[in-house]
Amino acid sequence: MTIALALDAGLAVLVLAVASWTVGARATFPAVVGFVSYGLLLTLVWVRLGAVDVALTEAAIGSGLTGALLLGAAARLRAGEAPAEERPGAILRLVAAALSATVAAALAAAVLFLPDPAPTLAPAAAENAAATGLGNPVTNVLMAFRAMDTMLEKVVLLLALVGVWSLAPDPLWGGRPSPSHQSDPHGVLAFLARLLPPVGIVVGIYILWAGADHPGGAFQGGTILAAMWLLVMMAGLTEPPPVSRRRLRLVLIAGPAVFLIVGLGGLWLDDAFLAYPVAYAKPLILVIEFAMTLTIAATLGLLLAGPPERKLGR
Amino acid sequence: MSTATVFGLFSAVAAGLGLYGLITNPQPLRKILAFNLLGSGVFLFFGVVARRGAAAGFGGDPVPQAMVITGIVVAFSATALAVALVWRLFQETGRATLNSDASAGARASGADR
Repeated sequence: MTIALALDAGLAVLVLAVASWTVGARATFPAVVGFVSYGLLLTLVWVRLGAVDVALTEAAIGSGLTGALLLGAAARLRAGEAPAEERPGAILRLVAAALSATVAAALAAAVLFLPDPAPTLAPAAAENAAATGLGNPVTNVLMAFRAMDTMLEKVVLLLALVGVWSLAPDPLWGGRPSPSHQSDPHGVLAFLARLLPPVGIVVGIYILWAGADHPGGAFQGGTILAAMWLLVMMAGLTEPPPVSRRRLRLVLIAGPAVFLIVGLGGLWLDDAFLAYPVAYAKPLILVIEFAMTLTIAATLGLLLAGPPERKLGR
Repeated sequence: MSTATVFGLFSAVAAGLGLYGLITNPQPLRKILAFNLLGSGVFLFFGVVARRGAAAGFGGDPVPQAMVITGIVVAFSATALAVALVWRLFQETGRATLNSDASAGARASGADR
């Protein structure tokens, strides 16, 4: 057993301990805090697996945004949570434990009996990298080789946002999401909300730009932009926009719309949907990524802000 | 035993833990949390498969990695929708519980029909 392997095993045990604490904690709020630390530790696991792009996404979305969303919900729902004695009885817990153990054992068996040598598409991705002119294989897969998945995912994000908005009570439709945040104008939050966004916006755009050749890309960059927007909103320096605003809706559909237009253009100029003409592949991908980043930032921020809760014009 | 195998077994246990939490935790928010845990185990399984497929100078097979990135974003949007549903339930009934029995209390009476 080498040192590296021992460290891996130690990391795995540590992260699993945090995960089981998250499942077992009595109150919801500490459980969410546990989940956030679990997500951050998981980022290390992703790095160990050689997937830096995924590590960035996990840190930004899986741990950061999901954590912020659940923390906010836990704080607001504290009064309405079921008391702990509503927990199921010992027999049900035992059956659940047996079922979960069986599933875990089946997955573990699948891991141990994976085919060797492993099937891989990495050589195919490397061979065709020249066609797009991008150096990051993951961005290549996301934006070119499996572009259809990415485009449909944008649509899923929009559908989720439509779903969240449509949960607003009828009289509030079209209004602003979430209650007005007020913070001390001389407090730490307001100070950071003024200090960090310029830096964060530069970092977000850099990560988007660097994503062509290095780990990063539209998702990670867009998430950082969304985080900056949320920070400014939480400090009360700006209001979340009313969901009926036309400019906002244009930003929300910009990403999928540009993607779709380029895709249909491929049908016309080339011979397949989402086929990029080789000479223009890189500029086209960059245009799509820029539009997507804007859309991702706006959509993620609004998903976190929630359904409209204030009437228009108040 | 390699790094991929260690974290492969880890992903199996994480998915099992998430499933257990999903079944046994009564609060909807805890169920959402456990569901995310279950999902992270499944994503990590993909990561292990990607790691084993390392070739052509890449640290891993980029195709499963890209799918996981897509998956994490979709999981977040599903979580946001689920949280909004729980919040609406709380607004309607004054309680955030999936228990529809009489124990849901007097505050819920009338509001759910």
